Amino acid sequence: MRLFCFENRPRIVSCASVGGGLEQQGPLSSFFDLTENDTKFGLDTWEKAERRMNELCVSLVMQKAKILPEEIDLAFAGDLMNQCTASSFAFRGRDLPYCGLYGACSTFAESLGLAALAVDSGKARRALSLASSHFCTAERQYRYPLEYGNQRTPTSQTTVTGAGCVILGQDPSPVGILEFMPGRIVDLSAKDMNNMGAAMAPAALDTLLRYQKETQTDFSGFDGIFTGDLGAEGLKMLRVLSDREGLSLPSSLNDCGILIYDRVRQDVHAGGSGAGCSASVFCGYLYSKLLDGEWNDILLIGTGALMSPTTALQKESIPAVAHLVRIRRC
Amino acid sequence: MMDYEAFSKSRARPSPFLKNLCLSYFSGGLICVFGQILVSSFRAAGFDPDTSSLLTTGTLIFLACLFTGLGWFDRIAKHVGAGTLVPVTGFANSMCSPSIDNKAEGFIFGVGAKMFLIAGPVIVYGTATAVLLGIVIRVLMIFGIDITGWIL
Repeated sequence: MRLFCFENRPRIVSCASVGGGLEQQGPLSSFFDLTENDTKFGLDTWEKAERRMNELCVSLVMQKAKILPEEIDLAFAGDLMNQCTASSFAFRGRDLPYCGLYGACSTFAESLGLAALAVDSGKARRALSLASSHFCTAERQYRYPLEYGNQRTPTSQTTVTGAGCVILGQDPSPVGILEFMPGRIVDLSAKDMNNMGAAMAPAALDTLLRYQKETQTDFSGFDGIFTGDLGAEGLKMLRVLSDREGLSLPSSLNDCGILIYDRVRQDVHAGGSGAGCSASVFCGYLYSKLLDGEWNDILLIGTGALMSPTTALQKESIPAVAHLVRIRRC
Repeated sequence: MMDYEAFSKSRARPSPFLKNLCLSYFSGGLICVFGQILVSSFRAAGFDPDTSSLLTTGTLIFLACLFTGLGWFDRIAKHVGAGTLVPVTGFANSMCSPSIDNKAEGFIFGVGAKMFLIAGPVIVYGTATAVLLGIVIRVLMIFGIDITGWIL
């Protein structure tokens, strides 16, 4: 059984999201708890800025629910940095057991699913899940120096500067996690590093097909189905591939990377990406729609491309993963 | 079994090839025209041809680095692509931009080491080609064939 159904309905006790300048100017700006225009968050390096963003997000999520660190049993967190230092350094000195994760841009869905497993099992009273990314730290590590004069392709995406954090528990709360389906690693030999969306679409399809087989759903009952960061190109490929497989996906299918920016007004090409994309969009916009009752039942499918700069230089293809989480008003 | 890479490429939104071609051609040309104006100005100021060329190259490098530091270079390059990349301005930007980013790691292992991140292969293979060519020229000279007139 690879679909985990949570009979004990771990509840979302608190959510917080933090964003950067581009996100502040985007259509979801009012759904962030905090946005900061300065890419360095007042510090001297971008790496410290991403840590600071995580620290702020974790502090906010606890403040909002008036929960102390010692009342949380476990934290699952990750980011895009080498050795996930944006997360691990942000938890320094906190009284919070920490489990680091790497799922690339799928990290938030992965951490949410694992936190739900921990709480549903009864072993953890409360669990925290956090994911982040920062445009500048990602560009430095994965692509080119910030001031380098290259042209990006129309298929490329813009790494979101953002963090999203959730506390799950059995406290009374209207929104809970119902199901978690971890993804398999899918690799159809896509090699174009400028089109991550297309590389990840097959993994999203694989998870959706497996979910449909397990649940016999026709997806029409969901108020929204949100992929993490396929972007415009990846979402297009997902629709094409699902048509070929005879999988009918509803028009409510959308993507966090498309929602977070205005692709007409903002120079973001195919849309947002990064671990912070699905994290900040879920913890701000998507959660608020569930909380106020506008939506009842949604799927979040966090998508991640699991290559490294080394594998890309060695001309390897891009394996991807897509983790599905079902969140519903309870 | 579908060739997914080819399939996704066929469905991907293409780059505006004609627009990019025109913009890069004209912008690169403009930079070269500016370079020629500089050479002529230095010559008119009394410098000999070799010094004028050196000063021109130096000026273009300086301006490219200044623009990179001010955050203007990448905004221009975004539109003109190869136009700024191909001339010496591209080389200057490729060394200046990683120097700025890697200052966080200090002057030795950050700026000093990472400065050559993008330009390194140009220097390595440019120098290696020059050495090989030098060997070829010298070997041919042993047989009484002098090709330096064609090359230099």
